[in-house]
Amino acid sequence: MQNFPIIKIKNLSKIYKTEVLETIALSNVSFEVQKGEFVAIMGPSGSGKSTLMHIIGALDKPTSGEYFLDGQNVSKLDDDQLADIRNQKIGFIFQSYNLLPRTTTVKNVMLPMAYAGIDYQEREKRALEYLKIVGLGDHLHHTTNQLSGGQQQRVAIARALSMHPSILLADEPTGNIASKQADEIMAIFQKLNQEGNTIIMITHEPDIAQKSKRIIIIRDGQIVSDQPNRQEKI
Amino acid sequence: MKLTELFFESLTTLTLNKTRTTLAILGIVIGIGSVIALMSLGQATQQSIQNQIESLGSNLLTVQPGSIQGGGGVRGQPGSRTTLTNDDAKALSSSTEITTINLVSPEYSTRSQIVSPQGNSNTQVIGATPAYFDVHKIALSDGALITQTDVDSLKKVAVVGPTVVTNLFPDGSNPIGKTIKIQNQNLTIIGITQAKGGSGFNNQDDIVYVPLTTAQKQLFGVSHLSSIALEAKNANLMFAAQDEVGYFLLARHKITDPTKADFSIMSQQDMINTITSTTTTFTTLLAGVAAISLLVGGIGIMNIMLVTVTERTREIGLRKALGAKKKVITTQFLIESVILTFTGGIIGIIFGIVTSFVISKITSSLFVVSPTSVMLAFLVSTAIGIIFGWYPAKKAADLQPIEALRYE
Repeated sequence: MQNFPIIKIKNLSKIYKTEVLETIALSNVSFEVQKGEFVAIMGPSGSGKSTLMHIIGALDKPTSGEYFLDGQNVSKLDDDQLADIRNQKIGFIFQSYNLLPRTTTVKNVMLPMAYAGIDYQEREKRALEYLKIVGLGDHLHHTTNQLSGGQQQRVAIARALSMHPSILLADEPTGNIASKQADEIMAIFQKLNQEGNTIIMITHEPDIAQKSKRIIIIRDGQIVSDQPNRQEKI
Repeated sequence: MKLTELFFESLTTLTLNKTRTTLAILGIVIGIGSVIALMSLGQATQQSIQNQIESLGSNLLTVQPGSIQGGGGVRGQPGSRTTLTNDDAKALSSSTEITTINLVSPEYSTRSQIVSPQGNSNTQVIGATPAYFDVHKIALSDGALITQTDVDSLKKVAVVGPTVVTNLFPDGSNPIGKTIKIQNQNLTIIGITQAKGGSGFNNQDDIVYVPLTTAQKQLFGVSHLSSIALEAKNANLMFAAQDEVGYFLLARHKITDPTKADFSIMSQQDMINTITSTTTTFTTLLAGVAAISLLVGGIGIMNIMLVTVTERTREIGLRKALGAKKKVITTQFLIESVILTFTGGIIGIIFGIVTSFVISKITSSLFVVSPTSVMLAFLVSTAIGIIFGWYPAKKAADLQPIEALRYE
């Protein structure tokens, strides 16, 4: 199992075209991610790391090249099939949490399961379970606007875990969170990784990247460095 | 995601935005409400006119001088011609050829000034025979009706309607036995008819009845009739009676070409049809005006839904990122707009019914709400939700998830 590539990206390019301008966001990017890895993708703004994350997250399609997720060629799917991929295989954690406002934490965690057609009891059971795992067992029926940033991000993590996805995809997960709470969030990620979850995290903060096991650095749409993180901080 | 779940989710979203939801619903309430109210008003008017015509007598045919056929030219006022005579009426009632008619009521009608010691009024005077009261279903509240003897002997007696009594004897004294003056002739009041209702030019209580011969010879100096009312033996014989009487009178008047007839026969149904078609046009017009306000309400819903979609762009992006397919997003927004218009429809129906009820009380007219218009209102309000919710819902479903997530 250790060597099964959960993500395989080959010669991936993304070019944005406007009438006057052609911007190359990604150019010929290739890499693989194995099951159980914890990868940080780093790079300055405009480097193409967000574009890469959108393609990995099946939110956007590449201009050319191929992307296999769990053995399935995602670059060939239509909108509704992509929606299924996002629902089943990817657990999103966004910088700005993106929870439903004025909705309870439980309801938020249940949302992706609702789109998957899982029945209500099962949804509620799983939601409670994962909220406990992220340490929010006693905030089940708070609405999201009553929670701190760190707490909201934990709800988002519980939501991402609820569908047992192939990968957890985190986009600057600590970007909006005070440093003490950020450390707690990172501790949760490390624990989840130890339990076997594959995590891909986009960040521009070296401190945060240091907590992963492998760091890919992107600049001008190309991978300039891809190395195991030897000084991993636990 | 199940439809019921989407429904409750939409309901929650709508209750979170009370002011906006209320205002959106209000547009539909006013639209549906005015359609219901105006339609029921129109129908009530139609119903009351129909009732009034029917109260004039059942299975009624009216023969009037002058032709309603014959194209072009100016048609004289009915009654201004002198082609119908007492002999026509006599022939109709005595002929063995006429088998479909029960009663024949020759009538002479005009307006005249009536004078009593206490007052005077300009009132319709009808020269009648005893058949008149049967044909037109006029009942007596006090005294006696005109008899055949009164007609034969040109008696100077009168039967008056209740409005005439209040106009000519305002002190409330019993008018029976008192004398009134018409065309400078003294007539003795022998009876008062029961109130029948009606208003304006059609007030059936503001009439003075005198014996036909008295009216023709003593009062107005004429020998023709202004109309002959006929009662058919039953409702199924109306058309047959119309034909029979028509050909009989043509033969009597020695006219071979029916298009040149010097009289016309109208059935009560003809009158109802004429008036119904007028009031139907009127009702449709009213409903049309109300429909415009419904359209404006629908556009209001579309506007609100478009604002909602823009405002919830990030939420839509999130939902799509978490696996919501286009169809689910479309359905969710359609449900929201249909909830708005359907709720508006229900409140509007209640509002419309209450309004027309209040109006019917104030104007003491009939209160009619047809189930058809209520059903129609339900359907229309739902349809408006779908039609005007479609574009915003589609706009939401077509949002690209990354664009939507980036939206601030």
